[in-house]
This record gives sequence, structure tokens and C-alpha cells, in this order.
Amino acid sequence: MEASVASADVAAGELHGSRIIAALKASGIEYVLALPDIVTSSGLLSPIARDEDFRLIRVCKEDECIGIASGLSYADKRALILIQYTGFLDSLNAIRGVGVEYKQPICMMVGLLGHDPDKTPRASPRYGVRIIEPILDDMGIAHALVSVDADVAKIQPAIERAYRDSAPLALLIGRRPRAS
Amino acid sequence: MMKRDECFKILARHIGDAALVATYSSAVDWVDIAPRPLNYLSIGAMGLDSSHGLGLALGRPDRRVVVLQGDGSLLMNLGSLVTIAAAAPKNLVHLVAQNDTYEANGSQPIPNPKIDFAAMAKSAGYAASYDFADLRIFEQQVAHVLEQDGPVFATLHVAPTKPLKYDYPSLYAPEKRAAFKAEWNGRD
Repeated sequence: MEASVASADVAAGELHGSRIIAALKASGIEYVLALPDIVTSSGLLSPIARDEDFRLIRVCKEDECIGIASGLSYADKRALILIQYTGFLDSLNAIRGVGVEYKQPICMMVGLLGHDPDKTPRASPRYGVRIIEPILDDMGIAHALVSVDADVAKIQPAIERAYRDSAPLALLIGRRPRAS
Repeated sequence: MMKRDECFKILARHIGDAALVATYSSAVDWVDIAPRPLNYLSIGAMGLDSSHGLGLALGRPDRRVVVLQGDGSLLMNLGSLVTIAAAAPKNLVHLVAQNDTYEANGSQPIPNPKIDFAAMAKSAGYAASYDFADLRIFEQQVAHVLEQDGPVFATLHVAPTKPLKYDYPSLYAPEKRAAFKAEWNGRD
């Protein structure tokens, strides 16, 4: 399992949505399955919605994404699930069944609403954020923290690994990405 | 009300090389009638049948996908009606076997057996929506239901005809997922 690593420059960091989007394209992501999250809404979801390189599927509830991504994977189509951590928590049974037990490549990008980006998720002021990494570790799900631009380099290798190994992945977005 | 096995036998005669997504009682009855590599049974969490079906349909728009979902399952994922209608896959047929119970969990009743799933699908924006309770009418129309541009929805009002044996390890065996994928990608 990939350990979450906080970058040294988190405190002074910035995160640009355009860099994340470039990494998703380089990773072969064709489908984005999303329910709006205020952390990623303007910096990621809005530009993705305008980008003709992606097919955006808007869902009503986050666990739908787990089934859709699984179905797509049978045709070797890559999908990114873009949700808030509350939706991740709400989808745990689907992630357990499809991602962990059936070993499907479920790639999630999870916005950490209410998190202080100057802290690690385990030290977050928000209880719901503090429990995310321990849950992922208990479930054996690889995860990485993306809080500053330097962290964007983690995205493509993590997605490639998830599809190569047919395993779930959680990329935790620790601060609101800038839209530019 | 149709006998479920008789209804599924008619469906099996028309399924062709479509993927068939099913779980729980519908899956057990279906697999008994139509064992085939293109049965997709590993849903992972109750209610996700329709979402898996949407993913399959989007991934292979050149092939047909039939979801055979239980009423209890769809109740857990009613939002998928809206998501599917918005994504509008022409190759997706969404059937719901409505027996008004959680049959696999002790045949307890669903919260409201009067629910009209076909009306919900229609208002969600499906291209077409049907409601079948008569086996003869279903047999007359099933080919059209399966072949027209989707997303198409149909409620099948069914009653179980025999006690089912739920062999989940067999239904969800990894080799069946591998066989499905090979078959799903193996044809143009």
C-alpha cells in the first residue's frame, strides 16, 4: 500500500486544477464520474465539464460511481470518480464489495471538505477527515495526498498502478485547487 | 402477475449476445435458465446493478446491455434512474423484476408495493417505459423492448415459482468475472 506523504512545502503551497487535469489525461482517464464537492467544484469539476477530452457523468449518489467505473473497466475504459469525503464514507460498502473484494480498479479523487491544508489529514480539525486515511489503511486501499502542485506527480503513477494491479485507489485533495 | 421462471425463459430466447446484469433472486433464477459467460453477476453491493449496467453500456456502445434488477435493489438506487436517463445510452435495457419483496432476505415486503417503477423511469427521462404483468403480452413485445433505442425500462411483475438456492460463492466466482470480460471484449 502506498503511504500518504505530506509535502514539505504544504504550508506555502498552491494547487492548480489545470495540472491535475493534465495528469488525468496523461493517465488515460476518459470518463469522470462526479457529484459536486465544494473543494473541487470550481478548480476541477467545472473545467472538466467544459473539456471535450472527458465524458462527464453526473450521478445522484456517490456509490453509483463505483458500479459505473466497474462496468467501464470491463471494456478497458478508465474512469475517475470525483467526490467529497462524505460521499466516500457513504459509499464504503460499494468500495468494499467492488473495489476490495472483487479487485476492481476504482480510482477515486476525494475532496477533504473542512480540512486545514497546513495539516496532515490525520491531524485535520474535521473528524470526518481524520478518519479517512485510517479507514483506507484498514481496507488496504492505496492512497496519496494531493495538497500542492508537487503532489500532482503522484497521480499518474498511482492511476497506472491501480489499473495494472486492478485495485482501488484514493487520491485525497487536501486544498481547493485553483481553476487556472 | 407472471411466473418468474416462465418470464425469464421468454427473455432468454431473445437475449442474444447482450450482457445480462443480475443479482440475488433474479440472478439465481436466471442462471438456472440461461447459464452463459455474458451474465454479469458480481455487483458487490445491493442496488448497484443498474450502475454497473450503465458502465457496461457506456464502455461498449456497440453492444447491448440488459439489467435485470430486483425491486428491492432498485429502491436502494433510485437515483440511478435519473443518472441513466441523463447519460442516455441507446444500448441499455433496464428491467425490474418486481415481486414486492426482499426475497433473498426472508421475503419481507418492500416498503410500498404500490410503487410504479415504470412511471418513475418515464418521468426520469428514459426513452421508453413499459409495465408487464401478463406473460402473453410480454412475449409479444419483448423483442421490441430489447431492440429499440434506449435507455428502455420495463417492470416485470413476477411471482417466484420455486424455492431458490443462493450459492453466492459460485455466482460471484472470480473466474466468472474473467470469463465475462473475455467474452465482452472478444467480439466486435
